[in-house]
Parts: sequence; structure tokens; C-alpha cells
Amino acid sequence: MNTLGSSLPYPRDRLWNGFLWVGSLLVVAVLLWPLLIVVLEGSHALSLEFFTQSPSDAGRSGGILPILVSTLAIVSVSLAAALPLAFAIAVMLTEVCRPDGWIATSMRCSLDVLAGVPSVVFGLFGLSLFCRQLGMGYSIAAGGLTLACMILPTLARALTTALEAAGEQHRVSGAALGLSQPAVLWSVTVPVALPGICAGLILAMTRALAETAVLLFTSGYSDRMPESIMDSGRSISIHIYDLSTNVPGGMQNAYGSALALLLMLTVLSVSVHWATRWMHKHMTGASQR
Amino acid sequence: MSAILEPPFPPASMSRQAARLQVMAFWTVMACLAIAGTLIVLLIAGFLVRESWPLISEAGPLRFLTDAGWWPRDGSFNMSPMILASLLLTLGALVIATPLSLVFATFTCFVAPPWLANGMRVLVEASAAVPTVVYGLWGITVIVPLVNQISPPGSSLLAGMIVVAVMIFPTIAMLSRSALQTVPPGYAQAASALGVSNAQTVLRIVLPAAKHGIVSAMILGAARAIGETMVVLMVCGNIVQVPKSLFEPVRTLTANIALEMPYAMGDHRASLFVAGLVMLILVSALVALGEWVGATGQRSAP
Repeated sequence: MNTLGSSLPYPRDRLWNGFLWVGSLLVVAVLLWPLLIVVLEGSHALSLEFFTQSPSDAGRSGGILPILVSTLAIVSVSLAAALPLAFAIAVMLTEVCRPDGWIATSMRCSLDVLAGVPSVVFGLFGLSLFCRQLGMGYSIAAGGLTLACMILPTLARALTTALEAAGEQHRVSGAALGLSQPAVLWSVTVPVALPGICAGLILAMTRALAETAVLLFTSGYSDRMPESIMDSGRSISIHIYDLSTNVPGGMQNAYGSALALLLMLTVLSVSVHWATRWMHKHMTGASQR
Repeated sequence: MSAILEPPFPPASMSRQAARLQVMAFWTVMACLAIAGTLIVLLIAGFLVRESWPLISEAGPLRFLTDAGWWPRDGSFNMSPMILASLLLTLGALVIATPLSLVFATFTCFVAPPWLANGMRVLVEASAAVPTVVYGLWGITVIVPLVNQISPPGSSLLAGMIVVAVMIFPTIAMLSRSALQTVPPGYAQAASALGVSNAQTVLRIVLPAAKHGIVSAMILGAARAIGETMVVLMVCGNIVQVPKSLFEPVRTLTANIALEMPYAMGDHRASLFVAGLVMLILVSALVALGEWVGATGQRSAP
């Protein structure tokens, strides 16, 4: 695409290119700014104790162990609830429905709308359905189930792509061997699509980890170690919000928690990258054999 | 490959009828789960309407614009200052983020050496995954004190616009970039051959050719901005008022929901669900509009 910039025939274009360079460096600086601040300020707070102690003095001192446990529990609940729904939607879209039929179209449309719903609206819905109507109260289960609704479009889209990429050929060969459609799905398509499915799960996990507003009034504020998933638990993003706005003197640990969150997200994203790459290699290799 | 020779589902030892039943059961379960997943949207809309209906049916939807003020304890629910704040914030964020996005898109498409263009793309993609609460934290500790130096108190509409602009920048930048990439390279080459300068080529030929994609990117960015909760909750000051300047604190519709929901009861609670319903309709309309504009552009593209 580098069709314009290679030569500079007009003096005016030197000005134009200079403008673009300066503007883009400004953009890079602004994007790096929040990340650098978090890394610089947060690295003072990070230590081994930070990950193994409970918060004390409203979070000003101590660590984030119970918060990590609650976060993990909320994310696990949300993945466990969203996976069957997303898998069923992906199977319907790839195996059963005609791609441009009204069922497939309305399913996709519904997922698109769901993907656009603002997170605070998910929070209201979760409060109304899970916390009040189903009597779960402010709990990890209620927060996780609400979050499951939010990550469903992401997960369903990723699984659909993974199953589609697994290829028509496997499906046809399986059918030619006289296998039933579910048998082909279980023993051929899903194993072939497994790296893609894992990448989708991790992607959904990063979405769930990053979310705050959904959990603001569904999973509770308690910073104790949760005893069960019906217990109230504070996710790490809520912890950052609470320390930075409601607790004077909590900034240091807010930055520490933010850095911990960014590190987790980085590890997960890098692993998605490698899983996708591995899958690509594996799939193209398989088709050549 | 042995899995194919010995299919575990249904096992070979099963009678034919049992196997057929099992296949039927499998599809039934899958269909039910898929329908449940598809209906969540309707469930959300249904619950919002159910919770807000008592208040809407009582005095009609116009009361949320004409009541005396936002005094939920006295049964007065005028949301217009908060709706105005949400709209102003979105507009401001767009005004800041769009030119920067276009600079980024043009630079990475036409000017930057490939390694730099690639590095910048990775940075922008990574920024899109940064949790909004981290942007809020940055806003509180960096942007709010900076704005405070110009004009106190710092927690203000302007601070919100800046931080939300950074937050929606990746969305607009990536979508504009792909819009520029769909412009046929022949356009730019023909312009060069005619001796048109690079600046003129981009401003008069490439950007107009990509205008549908860019407008679509802006609308989708606006949808993200107006639904954003954490950033505005942390940096905008949360005072219900019609701002007289950029430096005055405001409270947006989403921040209001997050602030008052934990203790709201009765009609007050219902009014917050009304606000949620307004957000749902507004954001869905924006997303639909954005997708539609983008699709129109693709259809009319050569």
C-alpha cells in the first residue's frame, strides 16, 4: 500500500508528511501514556506478598489474594455458563441452518445487538433477573451469569469461526464413512477446531476480566475470601475502581492491581496469538497431507 | 484417526433405534441452548421494560424531559441534564478522536515504513483491550490534575471528553484504516501520474472515496462512547447540571445509573431502569446506523 510516500516531488508534500509523522507520534505517545503510568506506578506496589496477602485497611495495605480468587471464580462461572450456549449457537450456524436463511440471520442479528448493549445495562438486567428475581443476591454466581450474557456474542462468533475453519472436507468425509452428524461433530470437527475454540475462550476471558460496570451492582463489594459462589466477591476491576475513587490513599495499590490486571491480560492475549498461529500452521499442514 | 474408525457417538453396540433417539436428543438440546442464547436480548429488553413500566405508564415518557429537576426522592425525574451531558461528552470525544484516527490511518496506510505501521497497529489493537477502569485510573491521576491547573475543579466535561476520546480511538482508528485500505490503489496511482500532490491525493481523493467507512467508524465509536460508564464515573465529577463551560463537572446517564442503583428504591429504581432502556435503544440504533452506513459504502464501492 506504500504507493504515495516513497518519493516527495513537491516541497508542499514534505510539510504534509511531516504533519503526518508528528501527528502519529503524538498518537503513539498518548496511547502509551496510560500504560507507562500504570507500569511505573504499579511496579512499586508489586511484590510476592501483594499476591499472597489479604487486603487490609480498606485495601490501602496488604495484597489482593481474595480479590484474585473472586475474579477467577466470577470469570469461571461466566465461561462455564456462556460456553454451552455459544457452542450450541455455533453448531446451529455451521451445521444446521442455511447460512442466509431467516433463522441464521436472526441469530446473527440478535448476537450483534447483544454485542452493542452497554455494560451498565447488562448490570441492570443482572440485578433485576439474577440478584432479585432468582434470589441470588449480590454474589459471584449472579455476577458471573450476568457477565456470561455479555461475553456470549464474542464467544459465539469465535466458536463459529473455529468450526467453519475446521472445514467442509472433514464433514463430507465423515458422512461418507457413514457416521451420524453428531458423531462427525464430536470426533472430527471439534478436535480439529479445538485450538480455535481455546483461542475463543481466552478472548472471552480477557473481555470478562476487563469488565467493571457489569459487576458494579451484581457481584458485591466484599473483599474477604469468598467461601462459595453464592458469596459476595469483589473482582479486580472493581477493586481498582474502589481504591481510586472511594479510598483516600489507595492509589498505590490501585496501580498495583491495575498492573496485575494488565499483566494477566497480556499473558492471555499473547497465548491467543500463539494459539491462532499454531492453529493456522496445523490446519494448513493438515490440508497438505 | 482411530476415533473415526470407532465412533464413540453413538457406540457401535447400540441398537439402531437407540442411536437415532440419541441423535434426536442431541439436536434437541443444541436447538434449545441456541434458542436460549438468541433470546437473551429480548429477555434484557423485557426486564428493562417490566421494571420501568410503572413509572412510564404513570405520567407518560415526556415527564423525563419536563419534570422540575432530578430529585428522585420527591418524585421529580428530569433526565435532560444527564442526557445532554452524555451527548456532549460523546460529541467532544468524537471531535478529539476522529482527526487523530484519520492521521493514524493515513500515516500507516501511505507514509509509514512497514515495520512502523505494523508496530503502531499492534499498539492500537492492544489499547483496544485495555480495561476502561485503567483509562479511568489514568484520567483521575493524570488528566484531572492537568485540567485542574487550567481551571478548577478538574473533574469536568473536558476531562471526560479527553479520556473517552483515548478510549474510543482504537475503534475509530482501526475501522478507518480498513476503510482506507478498501480504496483501490489505482486511484492514488492515477492521481500521482497526473501530478497531484500527496496531500491533495489523500484529502481530495482517498478520504472522500472512503467516507462511508469513516462515518461508519465514527458512529460505532460514538456508540461505545455514549455507553461508557467507568471512565465518566471516575473523571466527570458527577454533579447533575447543565454545564456552562467545558470545565464544569457533569453527570452522564450511565454514571447516574451506576451511582444511584445500589441504594435506589421504588420509583427511583424504576427511573434508573428507564435510563437503562433509553441507553439500550440509543446504542442499538447507533450500532444499526453504523453498520448500515458501512454496508451502503461497501455496496456502492467500485
